[in-house]
Amino acid sequence: MPTNLPPFLLFYIAALLVPLFRGKLRTALLIATPILSFASLFFFDHGYTSHYELLGYTLTPVRVDALSMLFGYLFHIAGFIAIVFSLHVKDTGQHIAGLTYAGSAIGAVFAGDLITLFVFWELLAITSVYLIWARGTERAIKAGLRYLIIQVGSGVLLLAGTVLHVQQTGSIDFNFIGMDGGLSSWLILIAFGIKSAFPFMHNWLTDAYPEATPTGTVFLSAMTTKVAVCMLARGFPGTELLIYVGCAMAVFPIFFAVIENDLRRVLAYSMINQIGFMVVGVGIGTDLAVNGAVAHAFNDVIFKGLLMMTMGAVLHQTGKINGSELGGLYKSMPYTTIFCIVGAASISAFPLFSGFVSKAMVMSALLHEGYNVVWLFMLFSAAGVFHHAGIKIPFFAFFAHDSGIRVSKPPINMLIAMSIAATLCIGIGCFPSVLYGLLPRGDVDYHPYDYTHIVTQLQLLFFSAGAFVWLNLNGLYPPELRSTNLDVEWLYRKAAPWLLGGIGAAIALVDNGVRRAFLAMLSWNGQRFEKTFSEKGVMGGTWSTSVMAFWTAILLGVFLLLYYF
Amino acid sequence: MKPENEPEDFFDKPQNIKLILRVFYVLCALLVIIDFFVARHPHDPHPWEMIPAFYAIYGFVACVILVLVATQMRKLLMRDENYYDRDDLGENLGDAKGDHNAH
Repeated sequence: MPTNLPPFLLFYIAALLVPLFRGKLRTALLIATPILSFASLFFFDHGYTSHYELLGYTLTPVRVDALSMLFGYLFHIAGFIAIVFSLHVKDTGQHIAGLTYAGSAIGAVFAGDLITLFVFWELLAITSVYLIWARGTERAIKAGLRYLIIQVGSGVLLLAGTVLHVQQTGSIDFNFIGMDGGLSSWLILIAFGIKSAFPFMHNWLTDAYPEATPTGTVFLSAMTTKVAVCMLARGFPGTELLIYVGCAMAVFPIFFAVIENDLRRVLAYSMINQIGFMVVGVGIGTDLAVNGAVAHAFNDVIFKGLLMMTMGAVLHQTGKINGSELGGLYKSMPYTTIFCIVGAASISAFPLFSGFVSKAMVMSALLHEGYNVVWLFMLFSAAGVFHHAGIKIPFFAFFAHDSGIRVSKPPINMLIAMSIAATLCIGIGCFPSVLYGLLPRGDVDYHPYDYTHIVTQLQLLFFSAGAFVWLNLNGLYPPELRSTNLDVEWLYRKAAPWLLGGIGAAIALVDNGVRRAFLAMLSWNGQRFEKTFSEKGVMGGTWSTSVMAFWTAILLGVFLLLYYF
Repeated sequence: MKPENEPEDFFDKPQNIKLILRVFYVLCALLVIIDFFVARHPHDPHPWEMIPAFYAIYGFVACVILVLVATQMRKLLMRDENYYDRDDLGENLGDAKGDHNAH
C-alpha cells in the first residue's frame, strides 16, 4: 500500500484539496493530513531508497535512514501542531502555504541526492514566503521580498556547488561532503549556512519571522533552519570550523535579544542561539555530539514552536507584540502564561524539561574533546538564554507592570496546539529515552539525570535569575524601548541603497556632463554651419551680378596668363 | 495600570512578591551550600569546574556582564522604531531625482 508514496506527497495533495472545502470538512482535511502521513512513515524500512533516472543521472527522491526518519517524524509533529494552531484562520492561502511548506521540509530531509535537495530547498523558500506576505503590512511585504531573495540565493549557491561537486565526484548522491572538495564544498556549506543563519547571514531570520502572521511564524520557526541543520549533520559532521561558527551563533544573538523590544524578534535571536548549539555539535562530529545536535534540533522545534505560539496568541489577542506595550497579561491569558513558562523552562534546560536532556549532550561532548574555552562561551550563552528567553519573554508579556490590556481567551485550537507542545516538552524532559532511541548515531550512552548535572544546571539557572532580580531591583536592567537595533542587515538595507544611490548619482552626474558637453558642441557646430551656409552666410547667400562679373573677369585673366606660359 | 474596579490579584500585592523573592533567595543559598557538602562527579571536568559554586558564580557574572554590555550596545546600535521604513522615503527621493536627470 502506501509504502511507495513519498512522505511529502500527502501534504501536496491536501494543499490542492484545501480550496475545495470549507468549515468542518476543511478542518478534518487539515488535521487528517499530517496524521495519515505520519502513519505512512511507519511503512518505510530503514535503508529504503527510491530511484529515478533523469538525463543520465540517478535521482533518489526518498532515502530512509535514521537521520531522515527522525526529522521526518519531527516535521510531521511540528506540522500537525502548527496546523492545529492555525485552524481558525480563514485565509485559504495560508493553509495551502503551510501544507506545502511542511511537505517541502519533509521532502528535503528525505532527499537522497543533491538535485532533489535543490528542488525542495527552493520550494521551501517559495512556499513559505506567503506566510510572511499574508500579514498584509507594507513591512511584511518588503521583509518577505528580502527573505525570498536571500533564500532563493541560497538555492542558487547550492546548485552551483552541486554542479561542481558532480564534476569532481561524478555522482549526485548526497552523503558526507566535508571540506575536501574545495570550492564546491564551500558553496554547499554556505548555502546550508545561509538557511541555518550563520553569523553575518542570519538577518533574514530576525527580519522576516517577526513580520509573518501570528500563525505563520509557528510554521516558519519549525522548518527552514532545522532542515539546514539536518543537512549540515549529513554533509559536514566533524568540520572543526563549525564549532567556532556555532559558538559565535550561540553568543552574539543573546546581546541583541536583551535589548530587542519585539518579543517575536527576541525569539528569533534566541533561535539563532539555539541553532548555535546544534552547529557546534555537528562540528565536533563525535557520536555523542551529533546525536546531541540532532536531539536538540528536535526539542528546539517543539519548545521554540511553543514559545512562538504563545507570542502568536498574544499578538492575535492584543494586536501588540512589543515588550514596551505589554505586561500583566497573565490575568486574562492564564493558560497561555503557563504554556509560555513551560516553553521558557524547556529552552533554558531546566531539569524535567526537554532542553535539559539534549543541550547537555553537546556540552559534554565539548569537554570530552577538550574544547575548554569554547565550552566556557557556550556556558555563558546557556546562562544568557535563560536570561532573555526564559525570563524576559514571560516576564514582560505576562507580568512586569500591568499594561491594563484585558482580552478574551485565545481560540480553543490555539490552546490545544500549545498544550500538545507543552506536553511534549515535559514528556521528552521526563522520558528522554524515547527520543534517544531515535537518534542517528545509534544507542546513546548518556544519562542526563545524575546529581552533578542537576545541581550544576540549577545553580547556573538560579543565579542567572538572581542576576535578573538584582539588576531589576537596582534599576540596571535596560527598559523595553520602542526602537530598532542595527544589525548586519544595515549593510543591505541602508548602506547598500546609499552606496548604490551614490554611485547612481555619480554616474548620472558624469552622464549629464558628457551629454551637455556633446549637445553644446553640436549646437555650436550647427550655429557655425548655419552662419556659413544660410542665406546671409558666405557660402549660401545670393551674390550681386557685378561681383559675379568681377570674379569671372579674374578667372578669365588667370586662364589667359596660364595659356601664355 | 490595572482597571480600578478589578480586585487585587496575587501578583499585585507587594508582600507576595517579597515572599516569592525570599523563597528564591533561600533556594539559591541552598544550592550553593550543598556544593560544599556533596561532592560533584563530572565525567570530563573543566579545570574551573571543581571550584565550589562555580556554576552559580559563572551564571550570575555572565548575566550581569551580558546585560551591562547589551545596555552599552544600545548607545551604538539603537535607532528609532521606523528607522528602516524611512529609507523608503530616501529611495523614492532617489528615484525622483533619477527621473529628473533623465529628462
